[in-house]
Amino acid sequence: MESSDLAAVWLTLKLATVVTLLLLVIGTPVAWWLARTRSVFKGVIGAIVALPLVLPPTVLGFYLLITMGPNGPVGQLTQSLGLGLLPFTFPGLVIASVFYSLPFVVQPIQNAFEAIGERPLEVAATLRASPWDTFWSVAVPLAKPGFLSGAILGFAHTVGEFGIVLMIGGNIPEKTRVVSVQIYDHVEALEYTQAHWLSGGMLLFSFVVLLALYTFNPARRKLA
Amino acid sequence: MTFQISAKFRVDRNDFKLDVDLTLPGRGVTALFGHSGSGKTTCLRAMAGLERASDGYFALGEEVWQDESRGLFVPPHRRALGVVFQEASLFPHLSVRGNMEFGQKRTLTAATRFSLTEIAQLLGIDNLLDRSPSQLSGGERQRVAIARALLAAPKILLMDEPLAAVDLKRKLEILPYLERLHRELAIPIIYVSHAPDEVARLADHLVLLDAGKVVASGALNDVLSRIDLPGAFADDAGVVIEASVVEHEADDLTRLEFPGGAIFVSRCNEPLGAVLRCRIHARDVSLALTPQTGSSILNCVSAIVVDLAPTDTPGHVLVKLDVVGEPLLARITRRSAENLGIRPGLALRAQIKAVALLA
Repeated sequence: MESSDLAAVWLTLKLATVVTLLLLVIGTPVAWWLARTRSVFKGVIGAIVALPLVLPPTVLGFYLLITMGPNGPVGQLTQSLGLGLLPFTFPGLVIASVFYSLPFVVQPIQNAFEAIGERPLEVAATLRASPWDTFWSVAVPLAKPGFLSGAILGFAHTVGEFGIVLMIGGNIPEKTRVVSVQIYDHVEALEYTQAHWLSGGMLLFSFVVLLALYTFNPARRKLA
Repeated sequence: MTFQISAKFRVDRNDFKLDVDLTLPGRGVTALFGHSGSGKTTCLRAMAGLERASDGYFALGEEVWQDESRGLFVPPHRRALGVVFQEASLFPHLSVRGNMEFGQKRTLTAATRFSLTEIAQLLGIDNLLDRSPSQLSGGERQRVAIARALLAAPKILLMDEPLAAVDLKRKLEILPYLERLHRELAIPIIYVSHAPDEVARLADHLVLLDAGKVVASGALNDVLSRIDLPGAFADDAGVVIEASVVEHEADDLTRLEFPGGAIFVSRCNEPLGAVLRCRIHARDVSLALTPQTGSSILNCVSAIVVDLAPTDTPGHVLVKLDVVGEPLLARITRRSAENLGIRPGLALRAQIKAVALLA
């Protein structure tokens, strides 16, 4: 395997790890809110979170590019903060991926929170646990399968993205060139052997991830 | 340590209204009894703080947990109470011990009344501590839930139909433990139920609820023997007497005595001197003006008619009797009442066809 291939694999894993961790941090409160709220905005927020499921990555990438570009609000903010511009950088890729993979993390966690129901939280309250305490000692442990699914899906989905990377990150070796883009490059250059290696690797990886998801994810335990 | 519980709640939802103002004893078991939809569970949830009545007041003696007139509402996790729900609701991610320690660990007072071992023994679950909740039977789960609630050192225990979700066999398995709690705990228990037999067995104080309102509230027998509430118990009307075991006789009968006289029941294994609760249904009591000789009925006591009232069926009347201070109810046909000339003050004999031992 060429060093550029290895660099792409390494970059992809780094991106997916960072994005998954960020999504667990961001997605958990969003999922909790969506699972518990009776607010009229629940539908709106839920729809926004789910948008990347149906939107072509190029559309999402296009808007992000505009927003983070030199004339976009985020671009102007990052420039005024002395951070430069986000497109065609690794952080820019991270931000784009967070949006793109959000529903894959939020929805399983939200479903898991919803499946817990009201009762265990009430029981915890009558046993002196504050809402914050209840969240960590009851809701999170009971929603563990949801967190597991969310993390696996978020990671795998980030590894597999292509369109949005091209839109927002371009094709800069060791900075934004992830495996999916590298495969595209190999095919363009008619380097089928390398393309085979990477594609085969991706295929195997995806299969193993899904197998793990369907095999080891325990059936959700019911409140005894 | 005698105090009173004041509970005043007003809930007004589209489909449901609750309007209660209760003063309850600070010890013993108070049963909230009523049909489904009577508001008993809502009342209990309001006491726990799981539901906030817009107009509410709830205090245990001096300790006020809710007083909406000055905007005070102590959230449930800051109330020293224990709740046992209809389903045991054990945390599946924790062992039995982990469940029991959940509240105990979070209880601030170092003076937790009981140790985990003591409570586990009291409820007969000391050999289950390392199991997972999924490995327990329904009855065991409910006992763990009770233990878990008690270990958080509650000042009051609220139980919402704790036996409604278990079958009869489990129910009979748990009831003795509840009776033990009743005897050995100093804290008041509020017990929501729609099962007359549980109420008769456990309650000291009885609150009847109907359509969100209090119909009656008082000492168990005072409420049970009220004949102006014919719909409340219908066919289950009757009283509870407490009688002590005096003698196990040779022909497999046990003689019990209560202030009104002696009653015989099938031989039981309780030791002499033990006090048992017995339930006597109004439908099992018949009346005679003179002592009956040629009768198979063993249990006859002298009684004086206090009052009579119509019952749920037009052909019958409910007669309230006084048996040396103890109330007794008899359900007889209106025709018999007229033939015998039943009227307040009349002295007669009450024949008790059946006595149900409750303990």
